[in-house]
Amino acid sequence: MRKLLILGGGTAGTMTANKLHRALPESEWEVTVVDADDNHRYQPGYLFMPFGTYRPDQVTRSRRKYVNKHVPLVYGEIDTVLPDENAVVLADGRRLDYDFLIIATGVTPRPDQTPGMLDGGEWRRSVHEFYSYDGSVALADKLREWPGGRLVIHITEMPIKCPVAPLEFAFLADAYFKDKGMRDKVEITYVTPLDAAFTKPIAAEAFGNTLEEKGITVVPDFMIESVDAEGRRIVAYDETEVPFDLLVTIPLNMGADYVGRSGLGNDLNLVPVDKFTQQAKAHDNIFALGDANDIPASKAGSVAHFEVDVFVENFVQLIAGEAMTHKFDGHANCFIETGDGKAMLIDFNYDTEPLPGKFPYGGLGPMGLLKESHLNHLGKLAFKWVYWNMLMPGRPLPLSTAMSLSGKQTELIDAK
Amino acid sequence: MPTTTINGRDVAVDDEGFMTVYDEWDDSMGAALATAIGIEMTDEHWKAIHFLREDFKAQGETPTIRRVSTAGGIDTKQLFVLFPKKPAKKMAYIAGLPKPHGCV
Repeated sequence: MRKLLILGGGTAGTMTANKLHRALPESEWEVTVVDADDNHRYQPGYLFMPFGTYRPDQVTRSRRKYVNKHVPLVYGEIDTVLPDENAVVLADGRRLDYDFLIIATGVTPRPDQTPGMLDGGEWRRSVHEFYSYDGSVALADKLREWPGGRLVIHITEMPIKCPVAPLEFAFLADAYFKDKGMRDKVEITYVTPLDAAFTKPIAAEAFGNTLEEKGITVVPDFMIESVDAEGRRIVAYDETEVPFDLLVTIPLNMGADYVGRSGLGNDLNLVPVDKFTQQAKAHDNIFALGDANDIPASKAGSVAHFEVDVFVENFVQLIAGEAMTHKFDGHANCFIETGDGKAMLIDFNYDTEPLPGKFPYGGLGPMGLLKESHLNHLGKLAFKWVYWNMLMPGRPLPLSTAMSLSGKQTELIDAK
Repeated sequence: MPTTTINGRDVAVDDEGFMTVYDEWDDSMGAALATAIGIEMTDEHWKAIHFLREDFKAQGETPTIRRVSTAGGIDTKQLFVLFPKKPAKKMAYIAGLPKPHGCV
């Protein structure tokens, strides 16, 4: 019996377990998933909880229910990976051996990494975040009673998971306060370490225009040094400051600490991998899938989905002693909520930035790329159903794994 | 791929003027690039630039500010003093390396 161990039963880990269970003969392979608890969170829902669109109980389901019943789920904290012994040690001392290891423990927000953020005395009072379940719940309570003032939406450092979520938060906050009839009492500022509203130029321009239309000020190139919680301001390394009454920050996103302890990670505990196969650079029998790796693509569920498709094809070749011939292209596909029942859609990969056009069929759509529409909003809401019923069980989607240029206005790239 | 003349030599650069061929760079190029963006190089500047060069050679990518601080041993605050406003971009430009990614 050969053993394949998957660390993490979230988006990437669950999809991988279910697809591998189908692809590998049960008589020869034992696939096991390890996670600390049974709470599988629908993380895209964290964006909506602060505004009361989703209730907390709508974003949590049982991990066990979504991992194939023939795949054992071991509950426990991971202490260390011993790559030279092909073993994982859990915090309670249990030892799990493997032939192949998949690291899929993602990234988590780390407010402890910025002085004054967690320890300044204002955490979950005037300093909030929505990248964790608890944070998103706490922010919903805060927004309900907040009388208004300076709302600062802030990104600590890239990369973060779902890089469009802070923009969506800004758009939704604008709509939320308009609905409450108090938009005139709220000043919204968007503070980013990037030089524009987004990482890719054509999309950055589209998002920048939308922010401007909604009266949201952008402060670019802001590298935070500390939060002055008492003085209600964030301070950058170059000593510029932005004052706030309510700070909604995206703390530094880091991979799991055990990755660092085991010597498998970079400065952010992300596992360095080959960007086409996700095989760890340092160990041939270790792969890192989803947010846990260091590929230059968005940390998003859609990326994990396309990546896992390619991984399973490659893995079948690898264990047959063949070369891995499939290459992941960095494909990402994201809906961006813009408020008032509308959303935008972007579709891109390593080589092609998000472009305007039609999706998924050139000329037909029906969805518009980089353009606000109600249909895109419905797509975003429908995604929750797709996530639980199609993605997690590993059912094929009617979308190609590799990004297609069909319907995209590629002439804009040359026009720059 | 465009080329430009730096310090009297023709070198390959990208659209934003970042050099694209690792071995076309040397210290005199670095000094010329620094002058072009208004930075006067001191020993401390060179320590950062040489760390970037070595780390790129070993890792295959331009180190982030976080890495220059943790692995290169130069405090982030000091990097902002040495290369004002946009240290990551300015250091990569002077060192003849691509802009650090991580921004996707």
